[in-house]
Amino acid sequence: MSEILKVKSLSKVYGSKTNALTVLKDINFSVLKGESVAIIGPSGSGKTTLLGLCAGLDRVTEGEIILNHISLNELNEDELAQVRNQNIGFVFQNFQLIPTLTALENVQVPLELRGVKNTMEPSIALLERVGLGARKNHYPSQLSGGEQQRVAIARAFSNNPEILFADEPTGNLDEETGKSIEALLFEINKEKGTTLIIVTHDLELAQKTHQIIKIKGGTIIH
Amino acid sequence: MHKNSPLKKIRYDRSWPWKMAWRDSRKSRGKLLLFIASISLGIGALVGITSFRENLMDEIDGQAKNLLGADVSVRGKAELPDSLFFQMSRLSKDESNEVYFASMIRFPSTDGTRLVQIRALEGNYPYYGDIETEPRRAAQDFRIAQKALVDEKLMLQFGVQLGDSIKVGNISFEIVGKIQKIPGQSDVGSSVAPVVYIPLKYLDETGLIQKGSIINYITYFQFHPDIDTTNVFEESRNILEQAGYDVDNVEDRKAQTGRAFRDLSSFLELIAFAALLLGCLGVSSSIYVYIKSKVQIVAVLRCMGMQAKEAINIYLIQVGFFGLIGASIGCLLGVVIHLYLPEIAKSFIPFDIQPTIYWPAIIAGLVIGVVTSILFGLLSLIGLRKVSPLSAIRFGYESLKLKLDLPFFTIIGSILIFLYLIMFWQLKDALDALINISILLAALALLYALAHGLNALLKKLLPKQMGFVWRQGISNLYRPNNQTVILVTTLGLSTAFLAMLYFMQGLLVDRVSISGKNERPNTILFDIQTNQKEAIRTLTEEYDLPVLQEVPVVTMRLLEINNQTRDQADADSTVDLPKWAFNREYRVTYRDTLISSETISQGTWQGKLKNPDDSIFVSISDGYAENLGLNIGDQLLFNVQGALIKTYIGSFREVDWRRVQTNFLVLFPTGVLEQAPQFHVLITRINQNDVSARFQQAIVRQHPNVSIIDLELILKTLEDLLSKVAFVIQFMALFSIGTGLIVMISAIVLSKFQRMRENVLLRTMGASKAQLWKIIAAEYFFLGGLGALAGLFLAVVFTSLLGYFIFEFTYVPDLLEIMGFFFGITALTVCIGLLNSRTIVRQSPLTILRNET
Repeated sequence: MSEILKVKSLSKVYGSKTNALTVLKDINFSVLKGESVAIIGPSGSGKTTLLGLCAGLDRVTEGEIILNHISLNELNEDELAQVRNQNIGFVFQNFQLIPTLTALENVQVPLELRGVKNTMEPSIALLERVGLGARKNHYPSQLSGGEQQRVAIARAFSNNPEILFADEPTGNLDEETGKSIEALLFEINKEKGTTLIIVTHDLELAQKTHQIIKIKGGTIIH
Repeated sequence: MHKNSPLKKIRYDRSWPWKMAWRDSRKSRGKLLLFIASISLGIGALVGITSFRENLMDEIDGQAKNLLGADVSVRGKAELPDSLFFQMSRLSKDESNEVYFASMIRFPSTDGTRLVQIRALEGNYPYYGDIETEPRRAAQDFRIAQKALVDEKLMLQFGVQLGDSIKVGNISFEIVGKIQKIPGQSDVGSSVAPVVYIPLKYLDETGLIQKGSIINYITYFQFHPDIDTTNVFEESRNILEQAGYDVDNVEDRKAQTGRAFRDLSSFLELIAFAALLLGCLGVSSSIYVYIKSKVQIVAVLRCMGMQAKEAINIYLIQVGFFGLIGASIGCLLGVVIHLYLPEIAKSFIPFDIQPTIYWPAIIAGLVIGVVTSILFGLLSLIGLRKVSPLSAIRFGYESLKLKLDLPFFTIIGSILIFLYLIMFWQLKDALDALINISILLAALALLYALAHGLNALLKKLLPKQMGFVWRQGISNLYRPNNQTVILVTTLGLSTAFLAMLYFMQGLLVDRVSISGKNERPNTILFDIQTNQKEAIRTLTEEYDLPVLQEVPVVTMRLLEINNQTRDQADADSTVDLPKWAFNREYRVTYRDTLISSETISQGTWQGKLKNPDDSIFVSISDGYAENLGLNIGDQLLFNVQGALIKTYIGSFREVDWRRVQTNFLVLFPTGVLEQAPQFHVLITRINQNDVSARFQQAIVRQHPNVSIIDLELILKTLEDLLSKVAFVIQFMALFSIGTGLIVMISAIVLSKFQRMRENVLLRTMGASKAQLWKIIAAEYFFLGGLGALAGLFLAVVFTSLLGYFIFEFTYVPDLLEIMGFFFGITALTVCIGLLNSRTIVRQSPLTILRNET
């Protein structure tokens, strides 16, 4: 299996020289295609920062990130956006559905951004896959938390991403709903052969992945 | 993209931003209501007033000939001598003569008397337009016999019918027609001085033309339509004007009528521009609120690969579209205003206005509405460039921030150019437009500096021992995410416009009102001949009426100023005298004391000429001195009906012209004019209507040449007129006030975002509702108070500048009015702020925190 994500000597520092805050320091790891990885660690350890950097949402201070053979360091903002659109799917802790769009439209957006003409059928199929075919015309405010996260999962997979980043996907859900969301995420991930990177506090969830990266104080601990 | 980039090229669907804009707007349209309302009111005022102005000017152009009724009129205090008559008659194919003057008439059938304007006419005037009468033929029929046309309202007022008679001086005329409309005269004009037409050939028999009577002679000329008379006309005009006659042609009349409405039109334009500017502020703040609520959506879409420019496109489409809706509603509103304005303004416009839809104003309204929305919207929209996708995973990572970079300054520059172009379109003067924009910028800079100054001052001076509630409320003014600058600027500017309009309106109305209303004299008798003086005084006293003032009036002409005649003054390029200085007939009086409406402002008043050989020192009004550029000691040579009198300026007088007194430009001392031909004026006050009617009847019967001005009637007519003008102004000012309120509301709604989380956290920590209300009230009290104070300061400055440079009066601020505005605006700000924060205080903290996340 080839490497889909490679992180080399990554550091992230916020603030000015006189008032610098090092959040991540000398991070190295790689992820193989189709693999699932959990990033775990205490609050403030830099997990979400690492996820954001790997997904091209922010820029490294030092080091390099290569995602699907593309070095993110060399890209400008628009190219990074293109990388996200063509390679990445996101699932957020607080769902982040667009409140002004229906469930179906939320799922259609990544495809539409890519310029795909027929977005309706694959989006409906995905919504049916997550068990919300009947709720496709409902707005996020008309859905429960669990349902919103299902729509978010459908949206994350809609552009057939190479790699899916999930930031505490069950953090805002009760235990039972969280379990079902976890199961759904892993099932679809397996079906699609997507690489999955999850940031989580949940060790039980982390145990289900192929690789666990533990972070503490901004560095990986083994 | 790099040449060897492994990224696949995406073919963007160009319709996607449109689709997304539509979808996203579905649940957000309510949030754009303030924005649409701001644009609608601003554009409504602009389109309505521009259409009205253009319509008015078009009508003046179209009806210019009807306003004069002839190609040329020549007016003077004496009949046009044959030599001068020839100057014009050589160009004309027909001429008419009119003599007009004020005189009392009596209706024998009802014994009613009234001061009217007698017009004795001979010839076929009017050549353009009609004297509209009932029956229609009467306008021609009255000219050939002892018959008269009488103002319709006057007939109605006195219960007089067609066929009744009217006594004018010594003879009676049969009333054959009711006058409905005369070329160039407004309804108000005919109410102040109702017109009675009689044939000119009977004028002598009336006995009303006596020495000293104020009589005007007009000759109307109709030119040959096929002959170009321009050059000869100008030459003839010069000759006639040199001889002291006023020459009016269609172009002059058009310009005069246009000028008469320019003040009103300028003031309405000021209101429209104020409404539009406030609308721009409304657009700016309401779009900022709107876009701020979209930051999270943009962050999520950016996570999915949307580029920054697409985010801007989506919301630019929405802003443009809703701007177009707002502008369309505004245009509709403008058309309604335009249809309504001529209706309420018709009584003081001397011609009919047929409201026609003025398409250029509507198109301009639509364009201005959309461009305003886009430009002011872009100020917030460019902030979307900097929204990081990280905001989707980190709450509060980045809010919408304005960065002072090149795109920001490009937009600010475009806004200034755009506002300048609108101002130029309205004012038609490049420099005036530039000055206005500069004043506006200076005002904004001042407000901005004030707000920053307050921030710094509070931070330094806030007493630490102050109670928590007040300390919290006040320190919110300088803490991070404070709203001081934006609210003080917005509130300040809207207050400045609203207060300025209010102050200006008050001043304009006050300027034309008459002082000393309660104790003022209300009846003036003039044209009293010297031999009638005693009899009239006795008659007045018989009716138990006070003789408040008896004034002799001598008419004269000015021949020289400092030994310089009119011709010499005209030839001297260093002398800039108004034409009327030598042309007008001066009515002067003589007395040894000043009256209550006069005070000496410069020089010394000499009331008596002790020896006939002494130099004569006259007193002139300071306004007259300023207009003619005269100084103390200057020499004036007068022609008093043949006798030349050399005088020197001894003093300047400040005269309160609004007092009901006989006020004069030139005042002679006693001992000079006693023997000159003169007439007299008597002023009295009559409190009861029946006494007034009986007294007037007695005067008309015994002294038909004496005219009586019933000031109560004139003042009532003037008050009616002023209330109508004031209504037009107030009606339009409502748009500015409405827009100002919307701006305030959107600015305050904007501030809600800043305080929401903080107040919720205070609640979770145990702050009571009462404490929260007090904190919010304290913050808004200071914001509203400072905004109002800054705005009022600007309003006072603006009003003083406008008063001094444009309307020529000194503005003295009224402390009570200013206090009223201060407390009004502050209370309104606190009320809106509290109303707006009620969800934060009333709902459970958890509900809001959930919504926030």
